[in-house]
Amino acid sequence: MGRTLKFEIFRYNPEESASQPRMQTFTLDETENMTLFIALNRLREEQDPGLIFDFCCRAGICGSCGMVVNGRPRLACQTKTKDLPETITLLPLPVFKLIGDLSVDTGVWFREMYQATESWIHTTKEFDHTKEEERMDNAVAEQIYELERCVECGCCIAACGTARMRDDFLGAAALNRVARFVVDPRDQRTDKEYFEIIGNDYGIFGCMGLLACEDICPKNLPLQNQLGFLRRKMGITAIKKFLGK
Amino acid sequence: MYTHTSDLLVIGAGLAGERVAVESALAGFNVVCLSIVPARRSHSSAAQGGMQAAIGNCAMGEGDNPDVHFMDTVKGSDWGCDQEVARMFADTAPIEMRRLAHWGVPWNRVVPGKSTYFKGGEKFEKFEKPEKEGLITARSFGGTAKWRTCYTSDGTGHAVMCTMDNKCAELGISVLDRKEAISLIHDGEKCMGAVVRCLRTGKLEVYLAKATAICTGGYGRLYTATTNAVICDGAGNAIAQETGVVPIGNPEAIQFHPTGIVPTDILVTEGCRGDGGTLLDVNEERFMHIYEPEKAELASRDVVARRMTEHMRAGHGVKSAYGEHLWLDIRHLGDKHISTKLREVDEICKNFLGVDARTQLIPVRPTQHYTMSGIRTDKTGAAYGLKGLYSAGESACWDMHGFNRLGGNSLAETVVAGGIIGKCIVEYLQGTETTYSTAVVNAEVRRQQRRIDDLIAGRLGKENVYKVRAEMQEALMTGCFVFRNEKDLLTCIETLQGIYERSGRIGLVSNGLGANHEVAAALKLRGQVRLALGIAAGALARKESRGSHNREDFPARDDKNWLNRTLAYWPENADMPMLKYEDATPHFEIPPGDRGYGGGTIIQADPETIAAKTIKR
Repeated sequence: MGRTLKFEIFRYNPEESASQPRMQTFTLDETENMTLFIALNRLREEQDPGLIFDFCCRAGICGSCGMVVNGRPRLACQTKTKDLPETITLLPLPVFKLIGDLSVDTGVWFREMYQATESWIHTTKEFDHTKEEERMDNAVAEQIYELERCVECGCCIAACGTARMRDDFLGAAALNRVARFVVDPRDQRTDKEYFEIIGNDYGIFGCMGLLACEDICPKNLPLQNQLGFLRRKMGITAIKKFLGK
Repeated sequence: MYTHTSDLLVIGAGLAGERVAVESALAGFNVVCLSIVPARRSHSSAAQGGMQAAIGNCAMGEGDNPDVHFMDTVKGSDWGCDQEVARMFADTAPIEMRRLAHWGVPWNRVVPGKSTYFKGGEKFEKFEKPEKEGLITARSFGGTAKWRTCYTSDGTGHAVMCTMDNKCAELGISVLDRKEAISLIHDGEKCMGAVVRCLRTGKLEVYLAKATAICTGGYGRLYTATTNAVICDGAGNAIAQETGVVPIGNPEAIQFHPTGIVPTDILVTEGCRGDGGTLLDVNEERFMHIYEPEKAELASRDVVARRMTEHMRAGHGVKSAYGEHLWLDIRHLGDKHISTKLREVDEICKNFLGVDARTQLIPVRPTQHYTMSGIRTDKTGAAYGLKGLYSAGESACWDMHGFNRLGGNSLAETVVAGGIIGKCIVEYLQGTETTYSTAVVNAEVRRQQRRIDDLIAGRLGKENVYKVRAEMQEALMTGCFVFRNEKDLLTCIETLQGIYERSGRIGLVSNGLGANHEVAAALKLRGQVRLALGIAAGALARKESRGSHNREDFPARDDKNWLNRTLAYWPENADMPMLKYEDATPHFEIPPGDRGYGGGTIIQADPETIAAKTIKR
């Protein structure tokens, strides 16, 4: 307590013709249990209402506030200032299109991802409201949910070496999405069909295995396991294709 | 001017909005959904606990059916709900849960065999039948006779939101984020769409549609202490009320959740208590069973929040730098339960409090949580006053919650009401063609552009939007929270009237260009103060206590005079809402009675009037 925090914040407003990308320094007195949510809102309300950043749930469940905090992509709302040094450098997530200052366009990126991965259950079955639900093993339901916990914050994409080098790389969030449907017995897609989506260099074979995604994921998703799982599965599918099976 | 035309415009892409959209898209209509955040970040995704539906698969849900669910809902509402609507909801909910399972929701399923559960800190055993294995299971929630809350771990809202948004992607529905509707385009009779501010560029756009549905959620952010996301600011309700012809139903019906954490007011789920967590006071002793011997920690939210406040007032609160609070204790549930079934709770405690819930107590206090109040609609979801305007979900007063909604009923309402109202909108679209008046559209765009230009040029005054907003939130905290009385409400209204006047004199500190937050805050502030005045005026006028509305000076529920619903209109140029009233329900399936919890006395309604409106099913 009693610290004066120094914030170095990236500023650039593309809608303002005179605006130049730059770093700006703010200072703020630290209070008990302060998070970057509390700090940034105070900066905006007390010092510069033009400051652009995103928060929504402020409880670590919606994924709005991904940003680079002292060099590491993370959710600002669940970052406590007491865990940081006195100087805090905030940058917008790379890879995504900048909206202004710390705000980036994850919305459009992820909607394109839904289309690319066809992020929905593929089934020929029709819903029949007169029938009881199809049964599912609870362990399978929990396995699906485990992968469904992704909040689409974009941190894994921003931290990904491949995504930084090539625009068309799907990234861990998208590959994890595919894995979510692979483990779901309701989805009737075959391995060959998944291969069409991710069996290439912008999919699972583009991953260089640096695994910053695993280190950085604010929801601690098992991304390393999923990438390994898909790589094996798609590798086998590729061999089968080669052998004409 | 960018102008977009569609059959249906949905404002808000949370669960209710997207469910409405899906129904229209399935019927072949062209739909656009607008959201101020990417759809999956909607506040629906924050609901941890679950959705109530009388499926009755699990052992503790055996014998459940929509009648029991209906009765719990009516009791929970303190007989303030529309019973016709509550009945439609209870009957439809099980089908909707199954539909969601078909669409992809990974509901938790019945695991056969013996297992243990906690109630009031004690351990009990239950036996799940082998023949139910793999069917959708349920957990216990406050105010219910059976275990009825379908769930996916403690991320139900998130999981259903993912499935619904996937469905929208599959159907090719255009879901556009960072678009904020700032006014409705209407001629006093018919709604033609909305003027929308793009939150990427700050530019205005026009969305015209045969039907418009407002599904923007609640307005907890009118209060300082709320569990709601920062986007739950009432902007959708405000633009409806601003038309002058659309009323807000039961503005005074605001729910306070017993367990917001101190200091950040983030919600920890009712599932904690449902799963056997207890509330402790400064002496680390349980107290709920003293007030509520039957239900204890599992009484409905309004009752628990009230009892907690009472207990703190009696000097049993824990003092802290952020004011008094009580403790939530889930230590006895054990590591496995906490790290799987209550994982989000575990994370919240670690990330925001630095507390390990396995070994430490969680500081909690009642916090604003839910708005039963909303855009008043009929049972088809059509808003009163404007043809072609609909509302569903928390933004609406449909009205299945009356004066208190049960845990698990709101998340269920988003999809159940979304489906029902979505179908009604399809019927409306099938029978409707319309014309758009360019004069009306252009006048509204000019009016909105002038508001923005005036703000940027500083022509209105020099009031700081954040200061004025904070004063509005404080006024409601002080005068219109868990307990209410005439003196404090009068002060609250007087304060809010001063704030309303100042809200018209906002001047920007920043330049207002691009994705500017200050402009967005300033544009909606006036409408927010109108909503706040509605809450306070409605609360002052209602001289009784019902559900979440507790008048210290009128502690009885008065069925004789107040078995009705408030309608708050804001006529053009008014400085106070105009209050009207209508019957709470077209008929009674369950005539007014005792809830069985919460205590309090009831001033009986005239028995003949009740009998005349009571039907048998």
